[in-house]
Amino acid sequence: MKVESEAQLAEAVREATGPLMVRGGGTRPVGRCVGEALEVAISGISLYEPGALTMVVGAGTPLAEVEAALAAEGQRLPFEPGQWGAVLGAPGQSTIGGVVAANVSGPRRVQAGACRDSLIGVRFVDGRGDVIKNGGRVMKNVTGYDLAKLMAGSWGTLGVLSEVAFKLLPAAPTQATVVVDLPAGAAQVALAAALGSPFDVSGAGWVPGVGAVVRVEGLAQSVQYRAEKLASLLAPFGETRIEQDGSGAIWANLRDLTPFVGKTGDLWRLSVKPSEAADIIARLGGEVMLDWGGGLIWVLLPEGSDARALAAPYSGHATLMRGVTAAVFEPEPAPVAALSAGLRAQFDPRGILNPGRML
Amino acid sequence: MQMPRPDAGLLANKAQIVARLREVLPRDAVIDDPAETRAYECDALSAYRCQPLAVILPRTTAEVSASLKLLHELGVPVVPRGAGTSLAGGSMPQADSVVLGLARMNGVLETDYDNRFIRVQAGRTNLSVTGAVESDGWFYAPDPSSQLACAISGNIAMNSGGAHCLKYGVTTNNLLGATMVTMQGEVLEIGGAYLDSAGLDLLGLICGSEGQLGVVTEATLKILPKPEGARPVLIGYSSNEIAGACVADIIRAGILPVAIEFMDRPCIRATEAFCHAGYPDCEALLIVECEGSKAEIDEQIGMIRQIAMRHDPVEFREAASADEAARIWLGRKSAFGAMGQINDYMCLDGTIPVNELPFVLRRIEELSQDYGLDVANVFHAGDGNMHPLILYNANEAGQQELCEQLGAEILKLCVEVGGCLTGEHGVGIEKRDLMSVQFAPADLEAQLRVKDVFDPKWLLNPAKVFPLGMTESRRVS
Repeated sequence: MKVESEAQLAEAVREATGPLMVRGGGTRPVGRCVGEALEVAISGISLYEPGALTMVVGAGTPLAEVEAALAAEGQRLPFEPGQWGAVLGAPGQSTIGGVVAANVSGPRRVQAGACRDSLIGVRFVDGRGDVIKNGGRVMKNVTGYDLAKLMAGSWGTLGVLSEVAFKLLPAAPTQATVVVDLPAGAAQVALAAALGSPFDVSGAGWVPGVGAVVRVEGLAQSVQYRAEKLASLLAPFGETRIEQDGSGAIWANLRDLTPFVGKTGDLWRLSVKPSEAADIIARLGGEVMLDWGGGLIWVLLPEGSDARALAAPYSGHATLMRGVTAAVFEPEPAPVAALSAGLRAQFDPRGILNPGRML
Repeated sequence: MQMPRPDAGLLANKAQIVARLREVLPRDAVIDDPAETRAYECDALSAYRCQPLAVILPRTTAEVSASLKLLHELGVPVVPRGAGTSLAGGSMPQADSVVLGLARMNGVLETDYDNRFIRVQAGRTNLSVTGAVESDGWFYAPDPSSQLACAISGNIAMNSGGAHCLKYGVTTNNLLGATMVTMQGEVLEIGGAYLDSAGLDLLGLICGSEGQLGVVTEATLKILPKPEGARPVLIGYSSNEIAGACVADIIRAGILPVAIEFMDRPCIRATEAFCHAGYPDCEALLIVECEGSKAEIDEQIGMIRQIAMRHDPVEFREAASADEAARIWLGRKSAFGAMGQINDYMCLDGTIPVNELPFVLRRIEELSQDYGLDVANVFHAGDGNMHPLILYNANEAGQQELCEQLGAEILKLCVEVGGCLTGEHGVGIEKRDLMSVQFAPADLEAQLRVKDVFDPKWLLNPAKVFPLGMTESRRVS
């Protein structure tokens, strides 16, 4: 079933008699996808004010369309969402609503925050079929509870997004990447040094075949200045070089997990305290990529591996992005799980919205 | 201001409630002498006051947990309080409530530069969080005007912002984790020294929930390395419209200053008389601050100068020294004090889409004339968060009511143009009854259901945020 307006969406949810598999572009098939397909095709940019750095857009609008409209005005989504279709074996058009539902944030997360931090408003249909609005289209808004945050990363289990609003950033005219020749296990301390510097780092990761990478963005002179400062700051950690022309590709690869495309095994994503990264990746084995200063670990493991058992102890959470054998989301402590269950019961009392997604 | 009728049974049982609290708390942590609880009868919305049954000042999360568990069992409403600086009445007591003050929980628990966070007890003041790390070159970004006095717990409750949030975001964007005690006394760890949540984003939900979902006793906060330098420029214009156009052009040019502040003529005049900052005598004044190395700042300010000049400013002044930078900020930072010197005032906090600025300022001027009350405007222009200050005389009969009516008109205007009632102060009791202007019943019902989950008996700060009529059946059941 495909819905093209909020009214159709509300009707579809109200009249549903069983589980609904809510989807945007279907490019992030994480968790168990069960039920009748409900494709949200509510598409179009309803408001874009470049001078106010804000945009309101239908949840089913392709991410590529949103990014093209922003690029035409020299702006961008601050949180640099990745496309996971290729690595998850689910090609298609990623939608902006899907990005929000999965709270997808790329390398710029360390500087500009997550998808949820840029999300300033939502409209959604809850499991009762009621249309609910929260937040709005202004950057600062503390009027009532922040349900927009709750919707981000709820994978369509609390409500089906019909419209989302963002605050935006000017696109930086220039970028450069400082590359440090280091193995993954030694990267985090160098990345921490970079992130602890005043040079406004907008990406800090480790990419196989490249090394530890640190990005700066902004006006040309400023980028040059900061890249040079960082290169000398990082020199004690390993051989450094400054990548200018190839900088964009490095981050696109990390964001979209390109080095893992076509490789077999289970794909796990761990968000941890960055200083634990070296020990965790040593215990995990497998092929890794690091983002967020080492705080985000992407790892390919043999099928059926339990990354949580291998990685323990760690502060944070592990999600099985591709694979079938383990619990997909990190089990929560009982009192937190009880609150989450209570919220689900309120927003989706019939338990019909993406019921297998967040188990 | 209407408050729920106090529960006569609770009022009659005051002695017993206090005695039970003394069983679970140290003697000096329970205050019930009306001469002492008077200090807690209001917050910074001082027009409204009410003595609580008692005040408790726990020192540990365990003490908070034990007292909430007890008060839950006894069915006593609890009003959490950080430093009591809420401008919205967020921590105003009700007569049958116990105020839970966090002022004694002000320690630093952990500082970790490698992972870029600090963990503090939530009663710690905002500025002293930066104080704990600044000698090592770090800072905590959210900077509400009250940062010398306000507590992190209150910042979390109201999702406070500040002048520099255009670049660094507000509290919710800088909060990594929280230890929260529910009304039932259960202690939860939500988030921590890692990014994003394992499941539903409860941290994002708690932040800004005005102390209605739980009491945050400890917080893990993101800290940032201090930029190499910062420099403000001051730009004066002959009209609000031109200043507004300049702001939009700066943003469209791809420059993101850390702050863009706006003051109108009534505010400029009052602050000049108060602190002699040397501001130009003009209709509208912008303060734009840039950060980075000297060369980077030069580059950004060069671009801002070009844009500003296109709009023919009355004055463009760049700070050439730390002293000049301080003078540029002096008037802005003294604005509220200056207004307080000449008048009583009510500070509003609506946010509007930035492009509506000229229209909204014009409309406020018209409303100001209709009501016969002066309004001065000082606000964060980059993000559209306005702070109209309505000047009135509290000692003159009827003026406060008139002022509140004008305030409501202005906030409705903010909503009409696509904005909201409050950008960083919170709803509290002050804007409770305007919530239905911004939200449809279903929107509010969804929020009430969230509170049902966290606090089914509706005991935590129950008379705030929502119109009383909407919550009555939940509060009394």
